[in-house]
Amino acid sequence: MNISIKYFGLIAEITQCAHETLIFSESSLNELLAQLYIKYPRLKEKEFQVAQDQELISKETVLTGKELALLPPFAGG
Amino acid sequence: MKDRKPKNVFRQGAISSEFIGESIAKHQTKTSIGAHNIFLGQVRADKINDKEVVAIEYTAYEDMANAKFHEIREATFEQFELTCMHIYHSIGTVKAGEICLFVFVSSPHRKVVFEALEYIVEEIKAHVPVFGKEIFEDESHQWKVNN
Repeated sequence: MNISIKYFGLIAEITQCAHETLIFSESSLNELLAQLYIKYPRLKEKEFQVAQDQELISKETVLTGKELALLPPFAGG
Repeated sequence: MKDRKPKNVFRQGAISSEFIGESIAKHQTKTSIGAHNIFLGQVRADKINDKEVVAIEYTAYEDMANAKFHEIREATFEQFELTCMHIYHSIGTVKAGEICLFVFVSSPHRKVVFEALEYIVEEIKAHVPVFGKEIFEDESHQWKVNN
């Protein structure tokens, strides 16, 4: 399936883009992250959370194909 | 009055004192209110390794952030007896000394506004996907993290 991924803040600096679509055949977030770590090795050192369809998910969560976002630590307020 | 529709909380750039003043003035017609409480977040000129922060450039996952602000509103109205609540957060560049967050709560009585305001601000800091790039005088930067 195609997965649309958004990147923010420090994470977008590493990926050099704010948004991309990846083709992905596995099932869990863990497996997608393994693929992203190969593409962007510096991501491994960084702290971030992942949202699927605007809700935070764990690494074991099965991906549905809805929009993902890699969110670095929050700094609102 | 409770407003159940999700709103766009974000305002481009700093939140001006005129805007804050006008918001207060608009409440003069709501005469069941006996107490307002206001939180203003201001960009601090932190010194980090001898370099001073001159501005913060805010970005956000805006759809999720507005949904989170809405959840916080709903949860706050559930827990506290408020007449009304307004939240505004800056997006884009805000210079040191300028206001980047404006939270305004109103109630018939004072005790509830103190508790509600603290609850809202802590929830925003913990759960809303807003990101802050701290810009130094020499145009280098680092990414702010809430603690």
